Amino acid sequence: MAVNFNEMLKGDERRVDSRTIYVGHRPCSASEPFIPPKFCDNRIVSSKYTVWNFLPKNLFEQFRRIANFYFLIIFLVQVIVDTPTSPVTSGLPLCFVITVTAIKQGYEDWLRHKADNEVNKYPVTVLENGLRLRKESEKIKVGDVLEVEEEETFPCDLILLRSSRDDDTCFVTTASLDGESNHKTHYTVPDIEKDLESLSATLECEQPQPDLYKSLGPENLLLKGATLKNTEKVCGVAIYTGMETKMALNYQGKSQKRSAVEKSINAFLLVYLCILLSKALVCTTLKYLWQSKPGQDEPWYNEKTQKVRDTNLYLKMFTDFLSFMVLFNFIIPVSMYVTVEMQKFLGSFFITWDKDFFDPEIKEGALVNTSDLNEELGQVEYVFTDKTGTLTQNNMEFIECCIDGFQYKHRDVNSEVDGFCVTDGPVNSLKEKAGREREELFLRALCLCHTVQVKESPEGFIASSPDEVALVKGAMRYGFTFLGLESKAMKILNRSHEIEVYDLLHVLNFDPVRRRMSVIVKCKSGDIVLFCKGADSSIFPRVRQEEVEPIRVHVERNAKEGYRTLCVAYKLLGTEEYARVDAALREARLALQGREEKLMAVYNEVETGMSLIGATAVEDRLQEEAAETMQALQGAGIKIWVLTGDKMETAKSTCFACRLFQMTTELLELTVRTLDEGGRKREERLHELLLEYHKKAVQDAPSVENSISGNWSVTSHEYGFIIDGATLSMVLNSTDSNSSHYRTLFLQICQNCTAVLCCRMAPLQKAQIVKLVKNSKGSPITLSIGDGANDVSMILEAHVGIGIKGKEGRQAVRNSDYAIPKLKHLKKLLLAHGHLYYVRIAHLVQYFFYKNLCFILPQFLYQFFCGHSQQPLYDAAYLTMYNICFTSMPILAYSLLEQHISIQALLSNAPLYREIRKNAMLRWRPFLYWTLLGVFHGLVFFFGVRCLFRNSALQDDGQVYGNWSYGTIVFTVLVFTVTLKLALDTRHWTWINHFVIWGSLAFYVLFSFFWGGIIWPFLRQQRMYFVFATMLSSLSAWLVIIVLIVLSLLPEILLAVFRKPFTPFTQQRNPVESNVGAVPSPLSSTRPLLMRTFTDESNTVI
Amino acid sequence: MMASSYNAKEEDGHHSGPSSHGGAGAVKSKKPDNTAFKQQRLPAWQPILTAGTVLPAFFVIGLIFIPIGIGLYVTSNNIKEFEIDYTGVDVSSPCFSCAKNYSWDSTTSCTCSVNFTLEQPFESNVFMYYGLSNFYQNHRRYVKSRDDSQLNGDRSALTNPSKECEPYRTSEGQPIAPCGAIANSLFNDTLVLYHVDSNGTKISIPLAKKGIAWWTDKHVKFRNPGGNDNLTIAFQGTNKPVNWRKPVFELDPDDRDNNGFINEDFIVWMRTAALPTFRKLYRIIHKKSSSTPTLASGRYILDITYNYPVLSFDGRKRMILSTISWMGGKNPFLGIAYITVGSICFFLGVVLLIIHHKYDSRNSSADIPN
Repeated sequence: MAVNFNEMLKGDERRVDSRTIYVGHRPCSASEPFIPPKFCDNRIVSSKYTVWNFLPKNLFEQFRRIANFYFLIIFLVQVIVDTPTSPVTSGLPLCFVITVTAIKQGYEDWLRHKADNEVNKYPVTVLENGLRLRKESEKIKVGDVLEVEEEETFPCDLILLRSSRDDDTCFVTTASLDGESNHKTHYTVPDIEKDLESLSATLECEQPQPDLYKSLGPENLLLKGATLKNTEKVCGVAIYTGMETKMALNYQGKSQKRSAVEKSINAFLLVYLCILLSKALVCTTLKYLWQSKPGQDEPWYNEKTQKVRDTNLYLKMFTDFLSFMVLFNFIIPVSMYVTVEMQKFLGSFFITWDKDFFDPEIKEGALVNTSDLNEELGQVEYVFTDKTGTLTQNNMEFIECCIDGFQYKHRDVNSEVDGFCVTDGPVNSLKEKAGREREELFLRALCLCHTVQVKESPEGFIASSPDEVALVKGAMRYGFTFLGLESKAMKILNRSHEIEVYDLLHVLNFDPVRRRMSVIVKCKSGDIVLFCKGADSSIFPRVRQEEVEPIRVHVERNAKEGYRTLCVAYKLLGTEEYARVDAALREARLALQGREEKLMAVYNEVETGMSLIGATAVEDRLQEEAAETMQALQGAGIKIWVLTGDKMETAKSTCFACRLFQMTTELLELTVRTLDEGGRKREERLHELLLEYHKKAVQDAPSVENSISGNWSVTSHEYGFIIDGATLSMVLNSTDSNSSHYRTLFLQICQNCTAVLCCRMAPLQKAQIVKLVKNSKGSPITLSIGDGANDVSMILEAHVGIGIKGKEGRQAVRNSDYAIPKLKHLKKLLLAHGHLYYVRIAHLVQYFFYKNLCFILPQFLYQFFCGHSQQPLYDAAYLTMYNICFTSMPILAYSLLEQHISIQALLSNAPLYREIRKNAMLRWRPFLYWTLLGVFHGLVFFFGVRCLFRNSALQDDGQVYGNWSYGTIVFTVLVFTVTLKLALDTRHWTWINHFVIWGSLAFYVLFSFFWGGIIWPFLRQQRMYFVFATMLSSLSAWLVIIVLIVLSLLPEILLAVFRKPFTPFTQQRNPVESNVGAVPSPLSSTRPLLMRTFTDESNTVI
Repeated sequence: MMASSYNAKEEDGHHSGPSSHGGAGAVKSKKPDNTAFKQQRLPAWQPILTAGTVLPAFFVIGLIFIPIGIGLYVTSNNIKEFEIDYTGVDVSSPCFSCAKNYSWDSTTSCTCSVNFTLEQPFESNVFMYYGLSNFYQNHRRYVKSRDDSQLNGDRSALTNPSKECEPYRTSEGQPIAPCGAIANSLFNDTLVLYHVDSNGTKISIPLAKKGIAWWTDKHVKFRNPGGNDNLTIAFQGTNKPVNWRKPVFELDPDDRDNNGFINEDFIVWMRTAALPTFRKLYRIIHKKSSSTPTLASGRYILDITYNYPVLSFDGRKRMILSTISWMGGKNPFLGIAYITVGSICFFLGVVLLIIHHKYDSRNSSADIPN
């Protein structure tokens, strides 16, 4: 017997080649020679390295990063060419960086190995020739028949052959795959022999495909990683193993997101690279000009070796150029990358540690998946939020229902069925209630039309959507209790405490396109009934029109109150009709190609001509402090867009409840309804409305630029914009040439509105919107927040994706960059953490460039005084240690601890957030300021000491100082000035700041004493011997150090006085130029993998 | 009526099956510690620089710096310094012929005398410097052309000097001691100073040649191989630098403690100068008695044994006589710098004071946002 099983997924015709699997490795017929096909084994390899290839592979990976490669080149130049500084000066930091990264990655890989092993060595039961063998999971071969017990996870992708349940089903949860914790039902392959030992069959199935979220496999396929529930044991044949399982195919890193700060860094880097190159070029040119004068190149006291003399002139020029490059290469320090990485990595811990983010309900705090984007949190201009589960709690409560236009409101838990009629409700006001028959039909529909499962305790329900649970519980309050589904029979306890049994014939599953679901059941009486529930828009066209009106009133009223409404309809199916439907459904389910389309067509065909019974209203309560949070974000100048799949009225009411729309807000509606109003063609009306709104919101309104610089709170008129999915797709995909024009109009309108509501959105449309805004003029920073699988696309699309650890599974959390338990946490995350991170890292970056500029500038200037001979001004130890030891810790501490404004003030004063918008601290203007400051300091350091050294007799015994003393004095002034400059910038002095700032200076002094205090046996040159100590014995040196430090810091102090407190760079800023000429970042993927905790690993990898 | 069975464990996404990693989940769901550090609530000092706080600082700096500057300036001005260029570029200058005719091979040294007059007496100890101009002692090739191990008395480095010394590493097959360009170009003019008293007799002025090098250099950094005895033997197997007339152990044959590598003239020369125009301490004229000045005003004669050629690279040679104060040699820069910075601070202080006053009165009613 051959079971043909084909797993088809939509749109994958490309990969039609299938694989043939011999169940139990038994040939189908004796005549055919059995050639076992080759498939990969069931070993999961998520690790990147083995012990043997770790070193070469890891090094290769690391040097693929442009920055590392650049430093490697510099190092190699130093090794090969006769350069002024020893290779150690750049080799040591590079080595340090490489080693630390290698250790980090090695550790992570070790964790992965461990996780892999745990999975691969996990024992499984294999049925082989009638024997039950225990095997290690990794030894499973395709075609093996496996036995899995309850609560076990499937070791590979299986086709269910036998279940211990009578109804040939089994239940699984896919919590570790997509986070959905509901029980899903899977069926055994129909018409199969019960005796698996003797079963000899072949299976044809597709080659492995990664499509996991489309549908979690057809109903016979059990996916690796899912857990068996409520079923004693099942047997299945392995079809995909190891790296070919859906789960493994889906395990891939998310695309790397880059922050605006990083782009700025790259732009600055480019500037500094240009400075570096031009410096080297200038020096090389001047050197050869200088040398061309007679007697300068090779005076009698300083002859070249024969080898150098014989070298080709152009080669010499080239090596000279390289040498200058090496001499000045400290202007782009390795340590900046280390410090930035460390800052991001360590800084992100503050989010995880924040106890304000701890939610006692789920007993979890915030989760950081990417620390690369910390500072981006301070730059958000657009927030795209999901409604259900994000703005609202997704904690559904049945509020009321309406049957035949009569409103039933549940008032008291204990009271009996207690419908009461409200005046505006029914058309027929003579009757208070709908007929008892209709009531019961409605309640039966609620009891039957769902996919809820009953858990052990009678009142425990499990469902994929909380609405369903709310409805079933609602029905229970009215006396109809759903008892459970047993072997395709649904049991209901009705009002008279009798048990009614219905045979469940078909479930027409819910999907977001149809926006409805149906069940077909067979009553005891033999009647076959289809119950359907769904969104009003999808039900109303499919029922008799005369029934719609009374219900519509209720639905709209409920929607306005912010309730989620569902309409319930039914249809009696005749036996013949059912037979036809049944056949069509079965055929569609087994279709080899275009299965989904076919199913959809059948569903649509069946769900017509129904009669409407009533509607339900379920309240979805607002999240805690949702309104406050939204207000704070709006106060921070962030535009909030609500993207929801919900209907307009509901969404609008939520927006009002959240105070996104206020009473004064003028709503600009662009929905199917407004488009239909004019009675003309939709396209024309769309054009007209767009122009009208554009005129209103954009042309007549004060320009955005004014409102930024002016006072924000007094914006004359506030607009809210509402658009629905259908209209949006018209705007975006309109075929004619207007398309791009519409887009810009639409965007401009939206950008001038305080809040935008997009309802009836398909998940992909959400991402489309985000993309549209992201790529609009000025490329604003976007943030998406959502909790469900339907938000994943927009979470991935936005600059920053935030997942809410809500009730709709973990998928959003897993794909997010940051996950928080509640919406209210967003306020602190952005206003406090984001703001601080941005200020910290912006200052860190600027400071780093500054300190290296004034470090290298004297070195450059010195070339003019030493015949452009690449003589370093500073000792090699100072060159190496400057960035690693002397000046790195204070800025790191600053960039971790600085709170230029206290967190309290940031939270209570949302407009502060605006001051750093548009990358304010990393624009060219502040960059220029820092660069000029660096130049000024460099000039002061060098020429100050230069003037002092006009007479190098600086001691009272007349002895003279040499070039190393010169460099040491410059260096001392440099270290002190640069550190004190940071001290001046520090607004938040914790003991750690004190410790590292004063500690660094003390360390410098101690190190210098130590370094100059010993004749170092391994050094060829003892150039620094007692230079520092002798310098300190000179009063003149002290005096010059003091005066130069004071002179350098003077403008800084002065500016600090004139600068308003709290507002670093707000006075004027240039809104147009931003990251012109940003280069692809040399900083490649160093997502702090350590952030992924063990549990995360196990979730994604096993 | 809480019935729906969402439970945290499942939500967590970690399956309760046997393959889940126990422990990790428990750690994760822990409530964050409520420590001041983790909550970013460390007690902190939050200084804000305002006109009010900076103002006094400016005045204080101004008030401290200006007197210091004046002190420094006066001190510098009180230092007597006399400088004379004896290169011999002009035909009229006494050393012209020496400068012109000089060649390395000449066995007889050329001498010349320069007459000069000190207008004012030099009261305290007088330091005699030689100065060179356009001499790039800080050229990289030059700076590194030395072997500190050899100079420290290391025997293996003595016979096998560092590669850095090239092309002054070996001569005639033997290692050079001291090797390298710096040592090779040791300044070898001899300067002798005479006072011409009122009746025209030349009185030789005693020039002390000790105490001109850093103490640590003389006693630690520079050492003769095998102690100071019998340098001839110690330096056997090595050759003198090519430009030297005599080997290193004959630099000062009279004084054992000033011979070989620890010759102070040599040590001073080995400390490479920072700039191409530099001075190096040559001799010290100690004050003899408190009553008479070290160098009285009057006529002096400087006798030069002209050995050191500088004209080939357009260099200059100078002899400098200078007294020294606590701040070192004459240099008005520090005084000027202090006076300038002090004045700037004081001036800014005044400006700030005015601004502060205006600013305060202006902002008393209108409050600044934030």
